[in-house]
Amino acid sequence: MRPVGALRPAGPFVPRPARHPATIGAPTYQTEREGPTLRIKGDLRLIDAAALWRDVHAQTGDASGSLALDLSGVGTADGSAVALLVELRNELTARGVKAEIVGANAAVETIVNLYSGHDDVTKRKKRKPEGTVAQLGRSAVEVSREAKGIFDFFGSMLLTAFALVRRPRAGHWKEVAPLCERAGADAIPIVLLINFLVGSVMAFQSANQLKMFGANIYVADLVGISLTRELAPLMTAIIVCGRSGAAFAAEIGSMKVNEEIDALRTLGLSPFGWLVVPRVIALLLVVPLLTLIADFIGITGGLVVGVTDLDLTTRGYLIETLKAVHGWDVLTGLIKSVVFSVAIALIACQQGFAASGGAEGVGKRTTSTVVTTLFALVVIDALFTALFRAFGV
Amino acid sequence: MASSTIIDVKDLTIGWGDVVLQENLTFTVARGEVFGILGGSGCGKSTLLRFLIGLEPPIAGSIDVAGRGSPTLDVGLPPFGVMFQAGALFGSLTVGENVALPLEEWTDLPADAIAAIARAKLKLVGLDGAEGKLPSELSGGMKKRAAIARALALEPELVFLDEPSAGLDPVMASGLDDLISTLSKTLGLTVVIVTHELDSIFRVADRVIMLDRESKTIIATGDPRTLKSSDEPRVSAFFNRGQKVT
Repeated sequence: MRPVGALRPAGPFVPRPARHPATIGAPTYQTEREGPTLRIKGDLRLIDAAALWRDVHAQTGDASGSLALDLSGVGTADGSAVALLVELRNELTARGVKAEIVGANAAVETIVNLYSGHDDVTKRKKRKPEGTVAQLGRSAVEVSREAKGIFDFFGSMLLTAFALVRRPRAGHWKEVAPLCERAGADAIPIVLLINFLVGSVMAFQSANQLKMFGANIYVADLVGISLTRELAPLMTAIIVCGRSGAAFAAEIGSMKVNEEIDALRTLGLSPFGWLVVPRVIALLLVVPLLTLIADFIGITGGLVVGVTDLDLTTRGYLIETLKAVHGWDVLTGLIKSVVFSVAIALIACQQGFAASGGAEGVGKRTTSTVVTTLFALVVIDALFTALFRAFGV
Repeated sequence: MASSTIIDVKDLTIGWGDVVLQENLTFTVARGEVFGILGGSGCGKSTLLRFLIGLEPPIAGSIDVAGRGSPTLDVGLPPFGVMFQAGALFGSLTVGENVALPLEEWTDLPADAIAAIARAKLKLVGLDGAEGKLPSELSGGMKKRAAIARALALEPELVFLDEPSAGLDPVMASGLDDLISTLSKTLGLTVVIVTHELDSIFRVADRVIMLDRESKTIIATGDPRTLKSSDEPRVSAFFNRGQKVT
């Protein structure tokens, strides 16, 4: 069952059946089929509608030629019950049965007319389900459109950045410090915790293998190099993507659907200068710093495991780490973190600007931000790793 | 000498993607008049406003605003102010900061002068003392009035108001109409109002155009009081149904 508040997939309107039987006591109507006539008597009420719907279907299942739904015996009727009879008439007509609603008193007639009971019935067009190839094609077009959107956005960002160099006043610079606090300072606890655990887990896992060769001390090499070159920048970027990227997309998306972006433009202010550039700069400043913190705390996590579980000394572990990890290892991680920060900020802002259709649209774009950014981070990481390897660094 | 026409629209086509909402729209707005854009729901009134203020480029035809040609946003200060339907106040700024923002960006005024002007604009729209509040603390009507104050901050000669009195109680709607009339008469402000509120139009508009969803074009132009007795059935139905409601 779809949880409350979850998004409804696009498609035809298919409501769930009522969860609680509504009929209280005996139904207040009777049905009787006599050849080409289905007589309905009594009062038609919503609470009897389920039984009525079953009865009239059972009595008209074999109908052919023509059928009159005779309501001359109906005293009162509510809208929902009449709507079902009109729907039955339409179903019969669609099957080729010449069906009509007759004999209703003035009050019921009014309700029948209200629910288009006397209109000509046009056969409903069945929507042809989309084939697998068509779905694949549509998805491919959507993905290429999204990718184009991100590159267009990157181009516009660069143009705005150049324009801001010429006219710095057009930027919303006072927004950078609060953004740095939100994206950087506020993220430190979670960055510390996650990277400490990553360092510890790596040390535990590698220790089991290295113990067999009496090479415990090389846990320090493994943890130090893999953290500084790969894991610390990547884990930090993932945390920033989940915290700040999603927040950026939601903020800008809300502004977009509330016409605040349009309002900015009519005040002569560039949404790029006001919203995108400060966010890119904030992440450019804080993500490398968070990565350095992650390097340090990740190595500390490995150290704690080395000292407590592998009988290594603190001094020995640190000396081995310093021997294994070179400045270039840390630098490659920082270079990646700079590119990661630009990717997170740009994708999040682009997705925010693409939001439409109210709260649901903002939610979709926020989800899309996280998914797209995670994909981009892994691809960028792989590309850089291959590039550094090709250049022997 | 400035031309007496501030907006000149010729053979304009508007719409979204492949969907054409209105076509062959030709009309002018004179300086200093209150001009209404009327029509039933979904006929493209607010969309026409987006084209007039440059948020969308014309599909066909031309728009000239204040003698500058088709309005182009993102290059300098537009020659108009805009009040969007729900206000579109910036949620992270206080009401005072919202009104002060264009002054901070486009003038060299000191901070105390900007604050004084922002307070005066808010007082003008009946929001004195609200400058420290966040938009989330305001009612719908107050947000609209604050948005009008922001639209007037840089003393534009032209303002666009999208459904200014929709959803307001009669007293507040009437007060807003009085404000629009006063601003137009005392400051010579040109006001373009998009609305389907007939009460409001009869109170403030000098001239209106009426858009029709079926024929996708303008079906009436002129003084709203004259259009009430129009021979065109759709125009007559629109204006006189409104009369019955009131």
